[in-house]
Amino acid sequence: MGASDFSKLPHIGESLRRKEDYRFLTGTGQYTDDVQMVNMTHAFFVRSPHAHAHIKSIDKKAALAAPGVIGIFDGKDVEGDKINGLPCGWLITDTNGQPMKEPPHPILAHGKVRYVGDHVAMVVAETLDQARNAAELVEVDYDVLAAVADVRDAAKCTALHDIAPDNHCYKWAIGDKAQVDAVFSKAAHITKLDLINNRLVPNAMEPRCAIGSYSRANDEYTLYVSNQNPHVERLLMTAFVLSLPEHKVRVIAPDVGGGFGSKIYLYAEDVCLTWASKKLNRNIRWTCDRSEAFLSDAHGRDHSSHAELALDKEGHFLALKVHTDANLGAYLSTFSTCVPTILYATLLAGQYKTPQIYVEVDAWFTNTAPVDAYRGAGRPEATYLIERLVSRAAWETGLGQDEIRKRNFVTSFPYQTPVALQYDTGDFEACMREAQKLADVANLETRKAASAAKGMLRGIGYSSYIEACGLAPSNIAGALGARAGLFECGEVRVHPTGSVTVFTGSHSHGQGHETTFAQVVAARLGIAVENVDVVHGDTGRVPFGMGTYGSRSISVGGAAIMKALDKIESKAKKIAAHLLEAADTDIEFAGGEFSVKGTDKKISFAQVALTAYVPHNYPLDKLEPGLNETAFYDPTNFTFPSGTYIAEVEVNPSTGEVRLDRFTAVDDFGTIINPMIVEGQVHGGLVQGIGQALLENCVYDRDTGQLLTGSFMDYAMPRADDFPHFTIGHICTPCTHNSLGTKGCGEAGAIGSPPSIINAVLDALAPLGVKELDMPASPHRVWQAIQAARA
Amino acid sequence: MKTHLTVNGKKHDLEAVPNTLLVHALREQLGLTGTHVGCDTAQCGACTVIVNGDAVKSCNILLAQVADAQITTIEGLANQDGTMHPMQSAFKECHGLQCGFCTPGMVLSALDLCKKHPNANDREIRELLEGNLCRCTGYQNIIKAVQHGAATMKS
Repeated sequence: MGASDFSKLPHIGESLRRKEDYRFLTGTGQYTDDVQMVNMTHAFFVRSPHAHAHIKSIDKKAALAAPGVIGIFDGKDVEGDKINGLPCGWLITDTNGQPMKEPPHPILAHGKVRYVGDHVAMVVAETLDQARNAAELVEVDYDVLAAVADVRDAAKCTALHDIAPDNHCYKWAIGDKAQVDAVFSKAAHITKLDLINNRLVPNAMEPRCAIGSYSRANDEYTLYVSNQNPHVERLLMTAFVLSLPEHKVRVIAPDVGGGFGSKIYLYAEDVCLTWASKKLNRNIRWTCDRSEAFLSDAHGRDHSSHAELALDKEGHFLALKVHTDANLGAYLSTFSTCVPTILYATLLAGQYKTPQIYVEVDAWFTNTAPVDAYRGAGRPEATYLIERLVSRAAWETGLGQDEIRKRNFVTSFPYQTPVALQYDTGDFEACMREAQKLADVANLETRKAASAAKGMLRGIGYSSYIEACGLAPSNIAGALGARAGLFECGEVRVHPTGSVTVFTGSHSHGQGHETTFAQVVAARLGIAVENVDVVHGDTGRVPFGMGTYGSRSISVGGAAIMKALDKIESKAKKIAAHLLEAADTDIEFAGGEFSVKGTDKKISFAQVALTAYVPHNYPLDKLEPGLNETAFYDPTNFTFPSGTYIAEVEVNPSTGEVRLDRFTAVDDFGTIINPMIVEGQVHGGLVQGIGQALLENCVYDRDTGQLLTGSFMDYAMPRADDFPHFTIGHICTPCTHNSLGTKGCGEAGAIGSPPSIINAVLDALAPLGVKELDMPASPHRVWQAIQAARA
Repeated sequence: MKTHLTVNGKKHDLEAVPNTLLVHALREQLGLTGTHVGCDTAQCGACTVIVNGDAVKSCNILLAQVADAQITTIEGLANQDGTMHPMQSAFKECHGLQCGFCTPGMVLSALDLCKKHPNANDREIRELLEGNLCRCTGYQNIIKAVQHGAATMKS
């Protein structure tokens, strides 16, 4: 079935209420920390208090003698058992032709610690208090080294890893530098911008948690873990780290309390618990404290960039050049290396037909927690840079923020960008028109005057984003350095009574797959949504999967289910043809009924299902019994959600306080299956993006590498009263290369919103002469910017 | 030490060391795992329960401090037959939850809010929910849910 037919099916586009809500609302969900098991023990990790140090010795004697302690493991034990380090999933090739520097990433530090929070030892005891108390008795003698936290200092500081003496992981580039330079030399105008994309802590509300379990009876391991892609977790852990056969390990990610990227990765703790569960023959639970999460979860963003845009005298973009320094942290997390390259630089064309683009990225090691994908991953960094630059160009050339964008929008599709991607569809002008209408831009001047009357400065900020989602065509990803495929798997199991269980390799940790995917299946088969259940997050039940990230679930995971449904429909038609005594080709299927073309002969889906399992009257010579199909879907292109966001802020010039007064988001997600869920995803993304722009900032001390924002007391999480009600709108240009026409919606809000906010603040502050401002636009920063401009 | 308390209408005598937090007693001793722990600084509100009619962060209070108290956790809100409380239904109706981790605390805070500020407007609800963090929903649908739940409870 194609996208056009699909979107017309009943219930597609309806805001069905979520099937999963009852358990979450009644306290009967089961997150990893809620899993009860007998024979349980508790792990506590001894973590480095130093950002950079040699480990001279570890003395476990006193701790081992402490009450309740069952085992203590450190780097030597890891080495003794020949356990490998954590692998990086994406190999970037340096501009010099060599592979990136890929230092070992041990599960427990050996010889050296490289960031505050680095894992030094794991203490396992009968109770958590006993483990915690014993951990304090583990004596670690450190020889402290100079540390580097800021990416701009990385080159001149003590090396973290022997193989990267200057802390440089790779230099990577895309585009033709000579051609770009030639265009710049003749440009009528050049707009320049330096900016920092602030480091963030993902902070899913459920902290990471895992339970390692081993059964001697079957020589099998089970790992319960709060994770976004259990099959990949298992693959990496078995094939690369523990050298175990995959079929002996089951990974279960039950209810997961948010991920936002931070739970994609294989973490050291997960491996330690699995490994030690066999050594101790006990179940071992580890639940991360929030303070520990700040130290040890993979962080996001942390780019420092310089960008230049060449324009002709009418404001048309001629060329763009960008240099970015990306902070990778102390070790290479699972997807870290593709974030500032493949997921970033390829998006720097934005919505514009800039003919020439050159991007150069230097990636560095620093004594900070590993940095990896966080909601948007590379695409927010690209959007922030391009949309800040475009608004600045508008102000410098005297064009409106809307006009300069419209003048440069890509208007015909498919469109090949100069940075590898090919956009399949979009209507950027329509998104902007709709956003301007919903934002009531026409009456901005009236609101501005009202603010001015109160002594306030009002500003408006635009951001027109595009993102590449639906990761990804495996062959293209492979050519770009991915060490994995990026397809998805779906299984549709029709039961004898006609109800259906769907098994998906996508994982839901808030996105509502149990409803949306059921809606897809119910619509296709013409059965009630109540008769479809969706299973995810268990390698023991789901055939395979690549997990949920990069807004890929519906466009790749959903498309895999659609393929399985095609197979179900095809087989069911043959069964129906047999029962109705007609040719296969004469059978039509609609509304849950198979009918013979041009006759009133028909049979229900449930009857066909029953016949498949009770094949008394059945073409057994031609067809197997049963109705159970599995499909793997590998996309042929990325999907390209896009949109225009308009922010309106009021700034108090005496205090620097920014109040977000109005926010409008118009997105093009292609086909929308459940508008309620999609809108919820937009809201959540917006709050994370606006949070980055106004509140959130992860700060390490530049000299010592100590984390200064280590709890919710000093890391400003967005709260309900920080926001107005958002106005949301949609344009639909369906994706042309998947069977649903969907593009994905999970990350858009976080990608599109930060530049709109900062552009609005700068627009408000323009009368005061403020031109520079980095995120977050906290009152202190804004006030400082005002003072600097006045000085 | 022994603490007597009533949780969701059922009486318990809990034996625990004196530094036991209420949240740990609920989760580990009574198996009421609907009450969640999202932070260690009493900032997130995922552990919110109702103690003698007031919403309280159960990570920030000792078991010993709630001796003889009447406590309601998220598990105690629905009817015996499983029918959800109007506030729970409102969260479902308005899509006021996504991953569900903050939800129990959010629902119980919402009940407390409606009891003490029955006529709170949109902005006031946002301010009154300041003690509960949600990373998924962007809060907008939670505000709608609280208004919807409050209206249903009044009618």
